[in-house]
Amino acid sequence: MAIPDLKSRSVQLKDCFVPRNDEADKIRFTLNEALQRYYEKIANAAVEDMVLNMGPQHPSTHGVLRLELITDGEIVKEVIPHLGYLHRCFEKHAESLTYQQTIPFTDRMDYLASMNNSHAFVMGVERMMGIDKDIPKRIEYIRVLVCELNRIASHLIAIGTYGIDIGAFTPFLWCFRDREHIMGMLEWASGSRMLYNYIWVGGLFYDLPVGFEERCREFVDYFKPKMIELNELLTDNQVFISRTANVGVLPLDVAINYGCSGPMLRGSGLKWDLRRIDGYSIYPELEFDIPVGTGLMGTVGDCWDRYKVRIDEIEQSLKMVEQCLDRLQKELKRTPEFDPRAKMPRKIIPKAQDYYVRCEGAKGELGFYFMADGKSEIPTRVKSRGPSFSNLSVLPEISKGVMIADLIAIVGSIDFVLGEVDR
Amino acid sequence: MSFEGIKALLAAKFGADVIVGEETGGLQSALLIDADRIADVCLELRNNPDSYFDFLSCLSGVDYGTETNRFGVVYHLASIPYKTQLTLKISKENSRDLADLPSFPSIVSVYRSADWHEREAYDMLGIFFEGHPDLRRILMPDDWEGFPLRKDYKNAEYYKGIKID
Repeated sequence: MAIPDLKSRSVQLKDCFVPRNDEADKIRFTLNEALQRYYEKIANAAVEDMVLNMGPQHPSTHGVLRLELITDGEIVKEVIPHLGYLHRCFEKHAESLTYQQTIPFTDRMDYLASMNNSHAFVMGVERMMGIDKDIPKRIEYIRVLVCELNRIASHLIAIGTYGIDIGAFTPFLWCFRDREHIMGMLEWASGSRMLYNYIWVGGLFYDLPVGFEERCREFVDYFKPKMIELNELLTDNQVFISRTANVGVLPLDVAINYGCSGPMLRGSGLKWDLRRIDGYSIYPELEFDIPVGTGLMGTVGDCWDRYKVRIDEIEQSLKMVEQCLDRLQKELKRTPEFDPRAKMPRKIIPKAQDYYVRCEGAKGELGFYFMADGKSEIPTRVKSRGPSFSNLSVLPEISKGVMIADLIAIVGSIDFVLGEVDR
Repeated sequence: MSFEGIKALLAAKFGADVIVGEETGGLQSALLIDADRIADVCLELRNNPDSYFDFLSCLSGVDYGTETNRFGVVYHLASIPYKTQLTLKISKENSRDLADLPSFPSIVSVYRSADWHEREAYDMLGIFFEGHPDLRRILMPDDWEGFPLRKDYKNAEYYKGIKID
């Protein structure tokens, strides 16, 4: 179908959407209709209201997201998100690569929390192979340790960039300074700063380097006071509260119906954490709370609540990191004969089946749907359910009638990563 | 609610022919549903206080290969109060003609999270959803030709006269 010439927006729209041949059936026509409705809406809005493009290069859209705003003065009447600028064909790649070869691609989905992605993917493949119970405890603990470290790093970015969206520059620098420690540690373990390819099906790339546990404990001790400082600087900051409290309120029923998960859903007041609900890996052995939004500064489910849930989750993750370190330094201590690749299957050919694995990524419910035919090492279909994808889809709903400046606050509080939205 | 319980619930409400089959024995059991009634089934499963599947985890469009010429949609539902999961599947044969897309009822009126997922299934596999409020492409450009995740898809060589390397 032809693309209308947007320079002369309103006139020839009808000509553009004549079906290409007369026998074009109902389906073809209905498809054209959806596009036609969209272009007509934009064309009319350009006459009556103002159409404003935010992105794809706008820094506060956290990547290459384009938001088309229909505004009446400073009031946002409608938000139309346009995705796909970072589409890298993850699912198409996964259909032509073996499971093990796909792991580096999962890292590139939510590139701020790569460990969590590969953990979910690997867990799904292991369950399909039926080897998930044979994984040594030390490997599971190392996986959870690096995942929680990565979750802290991801939340630090969310908080830091949220501050900078609202206009506070210092927390951004502080968060990046502290995140740098985590990046350094994970680089030490895996050899790479952001895209680790560390968790493999049936094991790990390598054991943790000697001295990692001590260094990690040092970091935890260093980081705890920094969190108090960050809270003093940002969480209780009056300007920050006025910008975020009672803004972008997401009611719980809307959140559930739109498939929001993770800090978005918990910010709306529901204790829903798959680490507790499904109890996968070794999470049942760890002690942690599930922070939820309480509406302390405004309404339950506002931007401040979502922000606060992330702050509280960092503390819980630190607690989990400490517990993992306790076990890794005592009963699961490294031994010279420990081989993290010992349980790795030589050929990964799961039985013919479908399997949907879900786990709690840094942004919410991260799912992979696998279809294996039982004959080849290559899956017939892999669908990834990125949490950011569903979290972002609620944006048009909760940003009706807000100010443009508030829209920035809402977008920042959703904390999406475009790599995962577009995949 | 157990798998058998859900089957009984659906059979009592819609008649036994709404369930056209089931896949058990694997890690996750799935119910094969009559494709035309999937929206009603989802509405009932969401609203019935005994099942209460209020969360649509994932919606995947599937191309079952060039030999069978079947297209399907897989729904992964979750119930937050009961902490249960359920897989529903619908499928249909199709000629793979781009002018005659496989068509299923949309469940956007039941779960809003299906909105973007259905747009993605349309974009990637060319599955049409009847009653979807805004079925445009979501990840690919609006004027992209063909549906990339179909098994018979040929990689495009040019996009708007630009060679794709």
